[in-house]
This record gives sequence, C-alpha cells and structure tokens, in this order.
Amino acid sequence: MPKTRQAISSMGIHAILFSYMVLALWPIFLTIINSFKTRKAIFRDPMGLPGLDTFSLKGFNKVLLRSDFELYFMNSITVTVATLVLVLLLGAMAAWALSEYKFKGNKWLGLYLAIGIMIPIRLGSVSLLQLIVNMNLANTLTALVLVYIAQSLPLAIFILSEFMQQIPNDLKEAARCDGVSEYTIFFKVILPLTRPAIATVGVFTLVPVWNDLWFPLILAPSNETQTITLGVQQFIGQYVTDWNAVLASLTLAIVPILIIYILLSRHLIRGITAGAVK
Amino acid sequence: MSDIQLKNIDKAFGKVKVLHDVNMSVTDGEFVVFVGPSGCGKSTLLRVIAGLEQVTAGEIFIDDEQVNDVQPRERGIAMVFQSYALYPHMTVYKNMSFGLKLKRHNKQEIDQRVRKAAETLQLTDYLDRRPAELSGGQRQRVAIGRAIVRHPKVFLFDEPLSNLDAALRVQTRIEIAKLHKKLDATIVYVTHDQVEAMTLADKIVVLNDGRVEQVGAPLELYNSPANIFVAGFIGSPKMNFLKGTVSSIKGDTVEIRLPDDKIMSFEHDTPANEKDTATIGIRPEHLLLAEAGDGLLKAEVDVVERLGDVSYLYCALSDGTPIIASAPGTSLAKTGDTIRLTARTEKIHVFGPDGNAWK
Repeated sequence: MPKTRQAISSMGIHAILFSYMVLALWPIFLTIINSFKTRKAIFRDPMGLPGLDTFSLKGFNKVLLRSDFELYFMNSITVTVATLVLVLLLGAMAAWALSEYKFKGNKWLGLYLAIGIMIPIRLGSVSLLQLIVNMNLANTLTALVLVYIAQSLPLAIFILSEFMQQIPNDLKEAARCDGVSEYTIFFKVILPLTRPAIATVGVFTLVPVWNDLWFPLILAPSNETQTITLGVQQFIGQYVTDWNAVLASLTLAIVPILIIYILLSRHLIRGITAGAVK
Repeated sequence: MSDIQLKNIDKAFGKVKVLHDVNMSVTDGEFVVFVGPSGCGKSTLLRVIAGLEQVTAGEIFIDDEQVNDVQPRERGIAMVFQSYALYPHMTVYKNMSFGLKLKRHNKQEIDQRVRKAAETLQLTDYLDRRPAELSGGQRQRVAIGRAIVRHPKVFLFDEPLSNLDAALRVQTRIEIAKLHKKLDATIVYVTHDQVEAMTLADKIVVLNDGRVEQVGAPLELYNSPANIFVAGFIGSPKMNFLKGTVSSIKGDTVEIRLPDDKIMSFEHDTPANEKDTATIGIRPEHLLLAEAGDGLLKAEVDVVERLGDVSYLYCALSDGTPIIASAPGTSLAKTGDTIRLTARTEKIHVFGPDGNAWK
C-alpha cells in the first residue's frame, strides 16, 4: 500500500515538474521552429513544424550575411566571458576572505555586500551613466563589464561565502600544517572544492548578462559596441518587423549560452567534500 | 634533535580561559600523550604547539627556538586529525605528495618518499584512489602517510583513532606504536581514552580543566597518582573512593574511620592530624572477596560484568557509595548477592581534603 502511494506521489511530482518544463521550454521551442520557416508560414501556422514547403533559411541568411551579426555576437561573448571570469575570481576571493578570516567589520562588510542583492542596480542607471561618461568609458565594452561585475558580485559573494563556510576547518588546518600557503590553499584546495557553487554562480551571472538589453542600450549603443540583444532590435521596426531575422538571431543567441550552461551543469550536482572528513 | 618546551602557557577564548599556566617538555624521540576528559584543553594545547591557535601568554619552543609567532607551515610539524582531513579531490598519491610538491622537492625524491610511506602503511595498492573510495582505517593511514613523507620534527596526533571501530582501533594503535619505534619520531598525541594513553605513551600528561594534573610514565601515574582526579582517570574500571576521617595516628600506623564505623588501619607517613577528613582510593583489582562474617566492607552486588578471565562486580555499600571489585572469572557472585570485601592495604591511596595524595 505505501508503495503505491509512493509511486503516485512520485508520479505527481514528475507531472508537475514536466508541465513546468513544457511551459519554460515552449517559447524557446517556438522561436527555434519558426526561425526555420517562411514569413508566411510563421503567421499562418505559428505552432506548426517547418515542412518541406514552409522550410526557409531566409532569416539566417539575412542575419549572417547582411548584418554585423558576428560583431554583435563577439561583443556579447567578450562582455559575458570577461564578466564571468572576473566575477567568479573576485567573488570567490572576497567570499573566502569574509568566511575564513575574522577581522573587524567582517560582519558589516558582508551585510553591506548583501544589500547589493536587494537593491536593483538599474535604480542607479542615471548616476551610472554620468559616471561612465565622466570616466570616458561611454560606448566601450569595458563600461558594460564594469557595471555587470558590480551587478553580479553581491549574489556571487553571498552564495560562495555560505558555501565556503561549510568546508570543514580541519581541511584548511591540515593544509596549513602541510606547509601550504594561504594562496595555494585558496587556489588548490578551496576552489576545487567549491566547484559546484562556482558553477551555480556562473549560471546565475551568465544569463542576465547575456540577455541584458538595458545597459547596452544606455551605456554602449554605438554600432561597434552593440551586443546581440541590442543588435536584434534593428530587425524590429515601428511598422515592420523582420520576424525571420529576429527569430533567427535569437535562435543563434541561444547557442553559446547553452554550451556554457552544459559545461557548467556537469559540476552543479556533484557532492562537494565526499571523503574529505569521516 | 626535536624537542618541545612549553613555558607558562595561558590560552583564553574571549573571557573563557581554557589553559592555565601549562608547563611541560617533550624530549627528542619521546611519545607524549595528552589525556583528559573532553573539554579539558588537551586539543587546544596540541593546536597551540601546531601554531593553529595563538597563546594568550607564555612561550613555545621547538628545538630551542621560540616559535610563538611562527606560522604552522614553518614549524616543522605534521598533524594528523581526528577527521582525517584528506583533500577529497586528490588521489592518495597526490594527498601525500601535495605538501612536498609545493616545497619544490625534486620529483624523484617525492616519489621515493611517497612510495616508502605507502609501503610502511600498506597503502601501495591504493595510491590512485580518492579518499571517498577508501575505508575509515585506510583514510587514517593516508593521513598518517601525509605526515610521514614530510619528515617533520614533531608528529601531532589529534584523537586519530576516535572515528574507527573498536577492532580497527586496537590494530591501528599497535601500528602507531610500531611506527614510533621505526621512525624514532617525536610524537605528541591527544586522546580522551586512558587505555590508548597507557599503551602508547612514554610519558602521559593528564589535563583537567586547562591545568596539568600530573606528568609521568604510565605506571608511575597508575601506581602513585598525585591527586584524586588522576587516580580516578587512570585505570579501568575506575578506582573506588571511600570518604572517612582520621581516627588515630600512632607512629606510622594510621587508622581511618569509614562510613559504617569500620576502621581501616594501615601504615603510612601522614601529613594529617586526627579528625581530618581523608579519602581512601582502592583500585578494583586490589579489593579481595572475603569469607562470610569476615572482611572490611559489606556490599550488595548490582551488576556483574563477566569478561571471562575476570568479572567486575558493581556493588553498593550500605550507605549507597558505589564500589567496583574485580573477582576471578570463576566467581559465582550474582546480582542481589551480599559480598564482603577486604582491601590490600599496601596498595591503597590516601588523599587529603584538598584532593592531593598523602606523600
């Protein structure tokens, strides 16, 4: 009897999760299938799969051959990767400092950083723009990277420091007795052990940065510095929208983030310190 | 040469003082065991030697060099933790070679040292495994191996056997004793288990409440404990204590009146006067079963523990004082029996009102 009940509840959970998955993936699915259809077919039968007579690569053609798509793409990748690397490195170091070393104001500093999670950075758009202009960084990718680092660091530090506190003390002390310097402890012992948390933070950092339209629009809208989300906008007009091109570029925009996600997700679920102690 | 000296060590965490004026020394090649109940400060003292805790006052010398402000990694020590503390993401080989690699020893030498340690500890077949794939005993051996390869001046062990099951504990204990002989190493070892202390140590330091109660060789502590605490802590089962008052002193002969008006007389130099209170300590093995009607103490048996060669009788005196006696394995005593006991007076210990032994 309990077995059937278990089976039912497990089926229920899976049904809920499955319907959520469908809900989440549906827009992506629509974007992808429609990007391979003719304009007429998109409007006639938006839900239909591309068939022999409706299949078209017109959108991709236009995006890849008759626009600066590669430039936008590279801009997005540069900004995202630079942000990701710096956020993970700085975030991990700050988290380690906050969780491992007890110094005056440690708690307050942690709290101050946590406030950054609660206050949306967009509230400061005007002063950010002023600051960037004063620093002569308007229309540069550097401006975007700096703003994105500021946007992502608080959450990164918060998650990573929680995680680092769980690393058993004995392990660090064993390393200290073993003749290992603090830097080496951080890079060779702590970082490998926090890989799952770093992967999580990586995904959390990656997605909003890649998808952001706001800051590229106000800080770096010049043709050379447009990111992909901004670049797509040129196909969306006030009167006419080139849906083939929009859907094709969105489909292409999914690819790199999907690749990075797959790479990171391998580490997401791994247990952290199995076998370290006890 | 590798000896340690601790002079007037005080340690406080905030307002809580955990070590009070600890003085002791460890000479080269000595196996010293810190023993005491949990919370007595023995682990803290070990961590002070390792450099993982800063002292509040006092000086630590390793090899006659004051190391108060020297980082753990520069003290020439190696520590083995109760929780093993292996690097989970590295293989056994890498766990053992990690510290050496960072010190830029050449590859051949590292390899040689690791393989030799692995051989000593019977880990050769496991060098490519990760800690998660090893049993508790094997993990503990890897932790010891990690210490050995560094050729430290001093080995520090923090309750290394506490996470092992009983059989493995005995086996590993013997291995550690062998290792000590083989490496001729200076070892400081912390445990709460007095059996481990008695079997391993050249010298035992008994700690209680952050103070050193007594320092001495295992049998010295067993035969002449300095105070009630040491007397009660060393030896298993525990020493029995009977409270009484000195009723008469005639030359060397002292008589003490015990609770149910029995008089125990024995020969002892005494610093006490008549009517002083005194506590008599008798180990279970020094209490003998006496014939009916005879004997000093009358007790009722609560529980009998039969170990085969010997049986321990857990009894209560008429006033409720618990008392443990050891009887031959052939003894027929059972729960509810009334037994009579005599004490081997030449083996008793007497403690004054301050808890210190009469000398």
